[in-house]
Amino acid sequence: MKRFVYADNAATTKVLPEVRDVMMPFFDEVYGNPSSAYSKGTEAASPLMQARETIASLLGAKTTEIFFTASGSEADNWAIKGAAQANAKKGRHIISSKFEHHAVLHALESLERDGFEVTYVDVNKNGVIDPADVEKAIRPDTTLIAIMMANNEIGTIQPIKEIAAIGKAHGVTVFTDAVQAVGNMPVNVKELGVDMLSLSGHKIHAPKGIGVLYIRTGTRCRTLIDGGGQERGRRGGTENVAFAVALAKALEIATARLSDMARVKAMRDRLMNTLLDKIPYAHVNGDTDRRLAGNLNMTFECVEGESLLMWLDASGICASTGSACNSASLEPSHVLLSIGVPVEHAHGSLRFSLSHENTEEDVDHIIQTLPVIVQRLRDMSPLYNSTMARVKE
Amino acid sequence: MYSEKVIDHFTNPRNVGEIADANGVGEVGNAKCGDIMRIYLKIDDNGIITDVKFKTFGCGAAIATSSIATEMIKGKSVSEALTLTNKAVIEALDGLPPVKVHCSVLAEEAVKSAIADYYTRRGEEVPPEAIICDGCCDSCDSCSTHAE
Repeated sequence: MKRFVYADNAATTKVLPEVRDVMMPFFDEVYGNPSSAYSKGTEAASPLMQARETIASLLGAKTTEIFFTASGSEADNWAIKGAAQANAKKGRHIISSKFEHHAVLHALESLERDGFEVTYVDVNKNGVIDPADVEKAIRPDTTLIAIMMANNEIGTIQPIKEIAAIGKAHGVTVFTDAVQAVGNMPVNVKELGVDMLSLSGHKIHAPKGIGVLYIRTGTRCRTLIDGGGQERGRRGGTENVAFAVALAKALEIATARLSDMARVKAMRDRLMNTLLDKIPYAHVNGDTDRRLAGNLNMTFECVEGESLLMWLDASGICASTGSACNSASLEPSHVLLSIGVPVEHAHGSLRFSLSHENTEEDVDHIIQTLPVIVQRLRDMSPLYNSTMARVKE
Repeated sequence: MYSEKVIDHFTNPRNVGEIADANGVGEVGNAKCGDIMRIYLKIDDNGIITDVKFKTFGCGAAIATSSIATEMIKGKSVSEALTLTNKAVIEALDGLPPVKVHCSVLAEEAVKSAIADYYTRRGEEVPPEAIICDGCCDSCDSCSTHAE
């Protein structure tokens, strides 16, 4: 049987059996509407409340500060548009960065069309934002800072605590998109000092279709969906109890597994060091220390990312690329371009994202497979000069 | 997303390589666009393409279109090769996703560029059918014209 290696956990993760098991009763047994007063309803309301309590306590928040959404993107949109609109009378200036997720960047673009102004601070060549740049960008009319906690493509970790302190000192709301960070590093909203934080279930082994927005008590943010008063009147719509329960379980497991993150990091480092050793003209994109444990983003010169992905797929390996050829927009990764990676190199980028579910055998399979694929593609690449060194056998 | 034909030509590309004594070489695209195709032709005294090789940097579709284009012109006369269209390349591959149509345009242009080079080397005038743009997807509207 062909070996299958799922190394694209930053794209999505599989639902863990324990997570699946806790949510199953909520489809055809505990199916009441949590808002209904009869017992069929209340039997669903209490697990929902419990899920909210679990998530709140794991994040260091109050139960009333946790709002369920249908995705991380929804939480990002809500935070940015909701806070910007709620503070519009005070000011219409927002600070963000050039390498945010598209859910943040496109929400900001939408606000720009409505007359808001956004300053996108630079990211250094290692993929890290300087808090001083954020402070310099603050104006009297700045109302919101939106900077991600860890980057989705290169995994670099941002100084959110420092940025939150700057926001507080200037009376500016601070939102962080922690979709990639949660479950991969400790995330505590009180310690960070942020006003809002988003997370997504399917990045941490819960199902697709559930996210959370943390909104600190007292933070001005508009209602997202007018409806039947769910989520403390901020987001209408009958609650997805099954997925909320699943998310709480997944976050519990992810938090418990943080102590075992060193194993994931060791696998990632072995993968990185072996590939760098075996494949000439290869580079790591982004800081190697200040980085999520499972993330590896590399460029292999003279080859194109989508063709790498296709060959990896043929060998049973799932990864992703920042190449333009793999996107509907035909634009190379804005993240890689923001840290100064040349366009040619962005086309040849490959991201592996490992999780606790990966094994040393998975890493072995990638190490045995990828150098051969890179050499095969280089052999047919007009950019690859025959005088360049060959892949080490 | 890709047809079996595309996967076949991607995983087992035909005519990969270079021809040392080629008498027509064409290259289109650039690294910034994410694809470069270089085609080598060996054309005999009767104007028949006796050998053809390619080297391509690009996505799966770019490699597959290069591969099938070389198959489609091998053994043909230069004038027949000049009638190769991107549409024929797409049909021969049992279709391409819309975002990959430009790869077929690149394959057509790579063939034409190599033939233009053949005429230039012979000191002959390049036939109008062989005159192309520089092959970068942003530089002309070939893709939208050809894609229909």
